[in-house]
This record gives sequence, C-alpha cells and structure tokens, in this order.
Amino acid sequence: MNYLRLLGVFFRVSVMDELAYRVNFFVQLFQSLLELATALGGLAVVFSFTDTLGGWTPDEVLALIGVYFLVGGIIGLVIQPGMEELISSVRDGSLDFLLTMPEDAQLLVSIHRVEIWKLIDIVLGLGVLVTAILRLGARVGAAQAGYFAAMVIAGAAIIYSFWLILATLSFWFVRVENILEIFASMYEAGRWPVSLYPGWLRFALTFIVPVAFATTVPAEALIGRLSGETLLGASAVAVALLAASRLFWLIGLHRYSGTSA
Amino acid sequence: MRALIDLYVQQFKTTLASTLQYRASLVIWMIAHILEPLVYLIVWSAVSETNGGQVGTITTQGFAAYYIILMLVNHVTYTWIMYEYEYRVREGNLSFALLKPVHPIHSDIADNLSSKMITLPMMLAAAAILAWIFRPSASPALWSLAMSVPALVLAFLIRFLVEWALAQSAFWTTRVSAINQAYYVPLLFLSGQIVPLSLFPPSIQILASVLPFRWMIGFPVELLTGQLSPLQGWIGLGAQIVWLALSLALVRTVWRAGVRVYSAVGA
Repeated sequence: MNYLRLLGVFFRVSVMDELAYRVNFFVQLFQSLLELATALGGLAVVFSFTDTLGGWTPDEVLALIGVYFLVGGIIGLVIQPGMEELISSVRDGSLDFLLTMPEDAQLLVSIHRVEIWKLIDIVLGLGVLVTAILRLGARVGAAQAGYFAAMVIAGAAIIYSFWLILATLSFWFVRVENILEIFASMYEAGRWPVSLYPGWLRFALTFIVPVAFATTVPAEALIGRLSGETLLGASAVAVALLAASRLFWLIGLHRYSGTSA
Repeated sequence: MRALIDLYVQQFKTTLASTLQYRASLVIWMIAHILEPLVYLIVWSAVSETNGGQVGTITTQGFAAYYIILMLVNHVTYTWIMYEYEYRVREGNLSFALLKPVHPIHSDIADNLSSKMITLPMMLAAAAILAWIFRPSASPALWSLAMSVPALVLAFLIRFLVEWALAQSAFWTTRVSAINQAYYVPLLFLSGQIVPLSLFPPSIQILASVLPFRWMIGFPVELLTGQLSPLQGWIGLGAQIVWLALSLALVRTVWRAGVRVYSAVGA
C-alpha cells in the first residue's frame, strides 16, 4: 500500500509540474489523434480489399489497435520515462540521490517519473477497445474480460522487465539509450497480429523484443482466441522475467560506483 | 561553382567522420526504415493470398517488389532536417551558419547525401535479403528504368526542399514535432507507403497526383516496378518539375521571413 501511496505522490508532483505547461495537453492530444487516425485509416484501407487478415476480422483487429494504444500509453506513462531517467542518472551520477532514500531503489527508479499526458493514449485506447467490444457483442464475456486484464498486466510486466534489464546495462555500458529507441520502432509492428508475420519475424517480436506479449496476446484473450497454454506461458514468462530483472538490477547496482565514490 | 563543389567535398568529409562516430543511431534509422515497409509488405501479401494471389492488378510477388523498392526510394529521399532545425534554432547554433557566405541549405544537402553514401550499401544488402525471402517479381521496361533516374533525383529534391521549408517553422514555434506529425500522416497515405496508390479509388488518386507527396516517393517506385505507361511517365516528370519550382519558391519565401524573426540568445 505504501508503494501505491508513493506512486500517488509522484503522480501528483508530475501533475503540478505539467499544469504549468497546459498547451502540452493539446499538443499531445493532437499528436495522439493523428496517430490513431493513421492506424484506423490503414485498417480501413486494408479491409476495403478483404474480409479477414490472417484469420482476423476487422473488429478483432480494431480491438488489437485499442490494446496497442492502451499498452503503449502505459509504457509511455511510467515505464519509459523512469527507465530513460535511470540511464541518464547512472551516467551523470545523480542516481546517488535516489539511493540514499529510505525505499527500495528499483521501486523509486521505476515510478518516480510520470509522463501524465500519455494518459490521453490510455483513454483513446480504452475508447477504441470499448467500440470493438460493442461490435464484437456477445463474444466477449466475463471470462474473456478477466483473461484480458490478466494478459495486459502480464504484458506490461514483461515489457517493464525487458526495459529494466536493458536500462540496467547502463551500469556497464554508458550509452544504451539507443537500444530503447529500437524498441519504439519494433513496437509499431504490434499494430497487426503477429500471427501474420513469417516465423523468423514472429520469433523476434515474441522472444527478442517482446512486443507480441504486450499487444497480440491480450487482444487474443479479449476475443476468445487465446489457448490455455499461451495464457499460462505468458504468465510464467512474466513472473520469470520479473525475477530475472530484479536479480540483474541487484547485480548492476552492486557495480555502481557513483560520482564521488 | 568551384567554391560550392569544395563545400560539398568538405561537408562530405565532416559528415563521414561524425556518422562513423554515431553508428548506433544509423542502425536505429535503418531498422525503422526496413521494418515499416516490411510490415506493409507482409500485410498486403496476406490480403493478396486470401484474394487468390492478386489485389487489383498487383500480385503477391508484385507487392514484394513494390515494397522492397519503396524501402530503397524512401531511404534515398528521406531527411531528418526537421529535427535538426528545431535543435539549431533553440540552441542558437544557427547563428554560425548565418555568418557563412553561402546559403545554409547547401551544407544540409551535402550532409544528407554524404550520410546516405554510408547507409545505402547496407540498405541494398537488406533489400537483397528481403528479395531472397519474399521472391519479388516486376518487369519494368527499359524506358521506365531510364526515366526513374531523373524521377528519383527530382523526388529527392522536392522532398528535401519541402521538408527544409517545413523545418523553418522552428523560427516561429517550439512545437515542431506536432507539425512534423501533421505532415507525416498525408505523406504516409498519399505517397504510396500504406498502399500502392493505384489501389485507391480514382478521386483519391487525383488528390494524390495534385499534392506533392506522390512525387516524393510513389512515382519513382511506380516507374521502377513498371506500373506506368510512357505517357503517364512524361506527365509525372512534368508534375515533378512543377513541384520543384513551387518548393524552391516556398524555400525562398519561408527562409527570408524566418531569418527576420530569428533572434539568437545574446543577440
């Protein structure tokens, strides 16, 4: 509970910071709407020539686009800002300040920066999801909703661990922010079902850069296509990666020597 | 003229040195440039497969050829000048460029071309690998290939000039990224990146031919994949020349107005 309270505090600080720059809200809204228009426009063009894409109907791909924006928003809201800050604070030594605080350092690093305008992406994503669910109708029941929530959490945990592992590399190598840039361009491939891609690319998007867990898997859970094995598998991967990233973080932190040490 | 050639050569040496220093950002640009057309290649191949191997007049192999060539054309014509200009104006670095006795656009063009001399071989290698995986097929006539050379040069110039003019918006606003994005949406749809323009309904095709986007990317790709008749090719070159003139005029006006409002820190 203490952690949630801390997250609330950091969130409030970010809100107070950002309210000084209110135009940013409209700029972000404008950019998010353009991005959504591009995604929906692409969908409309493709489905004007076909009824199914790799076995997915238009409404199912619409649900996927909703997930893409929702999870992208979560990543942009807390995961990405925190990890970028971590990398730069290892480089300039300001991580010292965080380490002296009486809370777990990994937790502080992960939640102490919040990019509040990314809430717009989350709201837009939820809007698209609701539209898709209404169109899919009776196919989405309580069980699907439950699996969906579980898979969004698992996907976010997998992406978080993935970023934490990469960001922790900055204890050894000074310039790693470029690797995170690659994630951004790979994430765009998640706008389409990964089952569409040839095996080698599907493999890369699942196990090298885990985009599939963040987008396709939750969408499959929602539309009732997810097999029990994938559900268990994704949950297991999430738990394993959380543990692995924690371990790696502790090893990395051990190496950190700070500015004055 | 002599001085200008010297400038281009010198810029090439500088860019070469600095590009080789920042190899990682090169790789990032390349991944983005390969992945985006690759995704649409796969999407359209899937659509074509469900439709019995063809969409409109384009076969599955035709889509592979279209998108692999588009990947190369997009890479040859792209610019990063909008990001760069925002930085220059904000940091006041532009002041140094203004002191030089030549128009700053020359060193920008030279910088762009030099950097691509380094990346193009890698993009060609990527294209070869994709060609090996996706088995593209296209049968452009010889005249079509010949015409694609001036078309590609004009496409580069139009895109460079338009985006350079757009980059000058940094003189008036610090929200350049929003402007960039507003520009990229029509560029994506109307340059043939999301779908080959010939698959659009006639009304949108006309719109695409009136606006500059098709002449920056789509037109050279259509020539290289042999989609056009000779008449369409000549009309296209004509349209490109018109847009070249318009974009030159745009650059001149915007630049003059922009420098007037520019005030560097400390000036």
